[in-house]
Amino acid sequence: MNGEEAIKPFLEMRGIVKQFPGVLALNRVDFDLRPGEVHVLLGENGAGKSTLIKILSGVHTADEGEILLDGRPVHIRTPHDAKALGISTIFQEFTLVPDMSVAENIFLGRFPSLPGAAGFVDWKRMREESAALLRSLNVEVDPRTPVRQLGVAKQQMVEIAKALSMQARIIVMDEPTAALASAEIEQLFRTIRELKARGVAVIYISHRLEEVRHIGDRATVLRDGEKIGTVPLATTSIDELIRMMVGRELKEKFPKVEVPRGEEILRVEHLSRPGVLHDISFNLFRGEILGIAGLVGAGRTELARAIFGADPISEGRVLVKGQPVQITSPRDAIRHGLALLPEDRKRHGLVLGMTVTGNITITMLDQFTRAGVMDLRKERSLAQQFVERIRIATPSLDREVRYLSGGNQQKVVVAKWVGAQADIFLFDEPTRGIDVGAKVEVYHLMNELVQKGAGVIMISSELPEILGMSDRILVMRAGRICGMFHRSEATPERILDAAISGEPVYACMEA
Amino acid sequence: MATVETESKKERRTLSLTRWVPWGRIGLPLVIVLMGVFFGAINPNFWTMTNLTNVARQVSILALISVGETFAILSAGIDLSVGSLLAIVSVICAQTMLEYGVAAGILAGILIGAVCGLINGLLIAKARIPPFIATLAMLVGARGAALTLSGGLPIAGLPKSFLTIGAGYILGIPIPAIIAAIVMLIGYFILSRTSFGRSVYAVGGNEEAAMLSGINVARVKILVYLLSGICAGIAGVVLTSRVISGQPTLGEVQELYAIAAVVIGGSKISGGYGGVGKTVLGVLVLGLLNNGLNLIRVSSYVQLIVIGVIIVLAVYVDLLRSRRS
Repeated sequence: MNGEEAIKPFLEMRGIVKQFPGVLALNRVDFDLRPGEVHVLLGENGAGKSTLIKILSGVHTADEGEILLDGRPVHIRTPHDAKALGISTIFQEFTLVPDMSVAENIFLGRFPSLPGAAGFVDWKRMREESAALLRSLNVEVDPRTPVRQLGVAKQQMVEIAKALSMQARIIVMDEPTAALASAEIEQLFRTIRELKARGVAVIYISHRLEEVRHIGDRATVLRDGEKIGTVPLATTSIDELIRMMVGRELKEKFPKVEVPRGEEILRVEHLSRPGVLHDISFNLFRGEILGIAGLVGAGRTELARAIFGADPISEGRVLVKGQPVQITSPRDAIRHGLALLPEDRKRHGLVLGMTVTGNITITMLDQFTRAGVMDLRKERSLAQQFVERIRIATPSLDREVRYLSGGNQQKVVVAKWVGAQADIFLFDEPTRGIDVGAKVEVYHLMNELVQKGAGVIMISSELPEILGMSDRILVMRAGRICGMFHRSEATPERILDAAISGEPVYACMEA
Repeated sequence: MATVETESKKERRTLSLTRWVPWGRIGLPLVIVLMGVFFGAINPNFWTMTNLTNVARQVSILALISVGETFAILSAGIDLSVGSLLAIVSVICAQTMLEYGVAAGILAGILIGAVCGLINGLLIAKARIPPFIATLAMLVGARGAALTLSGGLPIAGLPKSFLTIGAGYILGIPIPAIIAAIVMLIGYFILSRTSFGRSVYAVGGNEEAAMLSGINVARVKILVYLLSGICAGIAGVVLTSRVISGQPTLGEVQELYAIAAVVIGGSKISGGYGGVGKTVLGVLVLGLLNNGLNLIRVSSYVQLIVIGVIIVLAVYVDLLRSRRS
């Protein structure tokens, strides 16, 4: 205990509160950081990790709470403030300019001037300082190389070098190993140790618990916007960490309706897409909701898109109602009764500038078109029918969907697929960004679909939703299926364990 | 303090007084009426039948190519080639006509417009070349083809009967204006009543969502540029008749006026919103402006400045309105 007390934290975040419309993202969260430590932030999707680091890096501002640096309160209102205080963040999406050289990127916005000639860049000094910086990180890159030509790992090193050149004392890394191969991860860890030796502190966000224990000193676990605790990693087991991450009762009530399983409606065999999906096999029955769980980037959205014909597959086949089918475009998929309700409704699901009517009927134009000419009255009555049946709250059929709430937008997407007479529904994050009441309505809609004999695949990052609504649950990790559970045997711990460190499972077919 | 308060109050009052006015719908027609009143007050000749039929004849070429441009812009694309297409259409129409007669010439003209439009469409939809680049290449290439085929010289000696198209009247209305009106009505019908028209809006509004909803995006894009080519074909034939010869230099920068007409009319340059009805208003603004400024003896050089200002104003007013709502 005394030893711990001796190392004074130089960054403290106290009682941080952040409220977003409808969600309390952070509730009185404390966090502290000591010089030269790697402090890991753990938590499920939506636990509040991103919000916390976004507050630290000036992307968001906290509603309440204070941030102390070296014991003095500081105000971080913009990313610029954060950088000026020596806090650099390396997001998953890099902020490098691809067509500029490594040196230019490191000094972006701070080009050194030639002595006595302000405005003229001192290229030589820039190159030499960049080279020295990279060498000190044991990175072999010519500073003149355009960043575009570098792999992900090297680009990350450029980001780190950029942070150091700005005198960063705190570097935040968001899922830094997500896109790295194992040799590259070793290199990253060497660099992180070098940073520690210089007294730079690292806030490290990752889901990979094994690797976190390898590189981290302490871990803070967040859950539903609350801090669960801070523990030393050397003496905490992975099981304990998982328990801290999930350990909760299922607070929400799910209106699950058990429907007797019908015939097989969809069968996927050995589906592969190089680098993305590997040998995926499973089946789906009428009356079944099949949940697909996994961490962000596990390949779940990619699987849905591949089945739907939006992305090409290299191997494998798909059978619909027992018949092998060739699906090379969404049009093929729709013809076979498939429907995709994309994760990002606004970008992929809706034409925001079009009316409610136009969006609902977009999949069923032939139902009211003769010789190319639409029967607008018939279209309106069709749309009206779905607005009532799906209970879409809109002031008028002519309202542009951009003005509807998230829940009602999702209902418009459901309506257009019900109208297209689909019976295999691929829901990708069906309740993301919609409020609690609307969520329940979406669950009711899914129930209605399976009661009418449809099959539903529900991709979700919300464990309670997966557990509450699915009949069977597939767990994906790194483009593979790494677990299959029946409703009765699924627990949060088992699913999370499979999602984090599961081995591939191939026996996902049911008779 | 007090003055500041009253001022902001006044502003609020004027806002609430004007809020019930559907400016989006009546704004531009109102501008056109005001223009008429203004020009008519300075020069009474503006409101004569002779002058108005003149305007109708003058704007018909722009109206025709603007219909095609409307389709391209609604689909979130652009067609820069329509000006040059007028030239290649004119040359081919005239050459064919001298050889095989009037009907063949007209057909050949429209056909070459369609073929060039189809090439644009294939480049954009199949080779995935951005519309700006594909039609820019066509702008340059078609002009070159027109100059090559004609040797750079006008093709004269067209049959008298052909000249009726450009110079004739039906019930006192210039024939070019009638043709333009028919094409605009067809364009309006396609966009508002056919499933293809609906698909154009969907593709322009959100191509990814349209694709994921089962719309054949490639087919829609090919048809859009094909239609634009056909419009340019018809316009080229009418224009050839009006200038009584095939000319490889016709139509320079007309594509920019077509784009201006679409934008002034209020269609969104980013696609998905607008229509032929709006474009008609845009064409009228440009046509009346040109005619009116001529009548009040404003030099054609100064007119260009005015048009530039109008384009910016039209878009800026639209922006202000959409920001407020």
